[in-house]
Amino acid sequence: MTDQPPRTQPRLSATFTNDVNSEIRRAAATGIYDIRGGGAKRRVPHFDDLLFLGASISRYPLEGYRERCDTAVTLGTRFAKKPIRLDIPITIAGMSFGALSGQAKEALGRGATMAGTSTTTGDGGMTEEERGHSKLLVYQYLPSRYGMNPDDLRRADAIEIVVGQGAKPGGGGMLLGQKITERVAGMRDLPVGIDQRSACRHPDWTGPDDLEIKILELREITGWEKPIYVKVGGARPYYDTALSVKAGADVIVLDGMQGGTAATQDVFIENVGLPTLACIRPAVQALQDLGMHRKVQLVVSGGIRSGADVAKALALGADAVSIGTAALVALGDNDPRWEAEYNALGSTAGAYDDWHEGRDPAGITTQDPALASRLDPVEAARRLRNYLAVMTLECQTIARACGKSHVHNLEPEDLCALTIEAAAMAGVPLAGTDWIPGRGGY
Amino acid sequence: MQTIDMATTDLRSLNAMLQGQPQDTNETAWEVLNPRGAHALAVGLDAPIAVTVRGSTGYYCAGMNKQASVTVTGSAGPGVAENMMSGTVVIDGDASQYAGATGHGGLLVVKGNASSRCGISMKGIDIVVHGNVGHMSAFMAQKGNLVVLGDAGDALGDSLYEARLFVRGSVKSLGADCVEKEMRPEHLTLLAELLDRAGADARPEEFRRYGSARQLYHFKVDNASAY
Repeated sequence: MTDQPPRTQPRLSATFTNDVNSEIRRAAATGIYDIRGGGAKRRVPHFDDLLFLGASISRYPLEGYRERCDTAVTLGTRFAKKPIRLDIPITIAGMSFGALSGQAKEALGRGATMAGTSTTTGDGGMTEEERGHSKLLVYQYLPSRYGMNPDDLRRADAIEIVVGQGAKPGGGGMLLGQKITERVAGMRDLPVGIDQRSACRHPDWTGPDDLEIKILELREITGWEKPIYVKVGGARPYYDTALSVKAGADVIVLDGMQGGTAATQDVFIENVGLPTLACIRPAVQALQDLGMHRKVQLVVSGGIRSGADVAKALALGADAVSIGTAALVALGDNDPRWEAEYNALGSTAGAYDDWHEGRDPAGITTQDPALASRLDPVEAARRLRNYLAVMTLECQTIARACGKSHVHNLEPEDLCALTIEAAAMAGVPLAGTDWIPGRGGY
Repeated sequence: MQTIDMATTDLRSLNAMLQGQPQDTNETAWEVLNPRGAHALAVGLDAPIAVTVRGSTGYYCAGMNKQASVTVTGSAGPGVAENMMSGTVVIDGDASQYAGATGHGGLLVVKGNASSRCGISMKGIDIVVHGNVGHMSAFMAQKGNLVVLGDAGDALGDSLYEARLFVRGSVKSLGADCVEKEMRPEHLTLLAELLDRAGADARPEEFRRYGSARQLYHFKVDNASAY
């Protein structure tokens, strides 16, 4: 027997990882890019990279169970005759009937209403399920204009002009044939079963000057009653915010790249747009430069998961946050109880993102009646209500520890960053230093 | 006849007055003077009234119209009758870009020419243009009928769905997935009725019909070069 020389262990490439190689093989086999739902899965600087300082000798805290810490926020105070008042600074983001089942839309409406907040329609029009079960409903005005009509505009509580979303700034929507049932097709004026593409640009305006006139038209149609939001994906937050203010928006909704979508190319989701953390300070700066901070409200979305995330977004200057993916998880999306079925679809709980295929075991991102019936809208709504309550309590806990009697009193000075990148993006000092990268010439 | 002079009445008051008319109003005839290119004029109407605007309008005149008949004696700016649901809008002059965009119903008549993207994303509206239409007209058009008595510009009907396009003159080029189709008797009947409603002096037999080849309804990589 001869001794073999020692061998190095097989080494996997950091560049050509198993994930990367599996995508190359999939692309080579099919000739088409990968489409999926959700937001960016890559690691980007996020709220996890920030910490609150808490109270100390110079700042005194509020008593947790004795002293008030208010959470209400009013949106649309600039021009709307009927601004909307939310009990909590957390709203439900726009998600379409079509992408989601009717039951899921109903659950979102019920849960948001119990929590004292608003929910939002999506690309596909307003359904009776969500209007009936949502005390406060924001009606999205999208490039596709599916189902758009003046009656629904007037029975909405606010109007959100969607210019873009964080998962795909510059991209349109996509709803594949499996989900274009008769009802979905009817609402969208499309043939049943086709692969449907929603436009990426509005059909009747381009640029901020046109947008100003479009906002005027919508206000004239609705008697200047409704708050008008402008939603943009995280791309050029300073200028997009400034231009939205110039165009006459009451509220700006700013969605970072972790924000989800029903279906888009994976390459788009992972490679276009700014992380949420990098969006907030430039947007707030634009509002401050225009003297509009707190006059035009800023709603931030994209990867909000906990009361800590809410508190951090507010401390950086947002007036409220919006949740989509987290709300779906609260309803029951990606629940391990369906693990065997996720496995059968080639996925696993926590990773399932083929929402466009309409075969969601949790019955949320589907139009299949049997699957959709798995979601009880009343029970799912209660879970969402509980989750929103926990987030609010968490946010209040942090705010009181920082000595704030309203969550809006949180400020950047309450924060530090764990990484240089997060310090630069959030404009707060690196922990243990007074260094904010990019400020003061460094 | 109720007359409103925009030299002395602001836009909000004008629209509120027109929008406030009940279904059974006796004041069914309205005249608007001195529009001077105002935007968002006579938008969101929802009663069987007739409004004549004497002059030219800016963006989105008669936007989201329901039931009302709106006539503009001059020309109309971008997005005239956008997202119209029902009723009739007649432009005696020319219409700028996106005329009848996303309209769900009703009839839009442009007696002059319409610019680019006429009928973009239309969802059931009927549009009759006595003159020419510009490029990318009926882009992603879903339902309804676009009738052009003159010529059509580049990329007519690009990526269209089930809308029907009728052109009497030349078509500079067809957009992706738009093809000429057979004119069957039911189309001639439909066209005759549309021409009659639009007061157009033309015979259905003079037109050609265009529609979707339906090759892009399902995404296939072999079609990638079509986009």
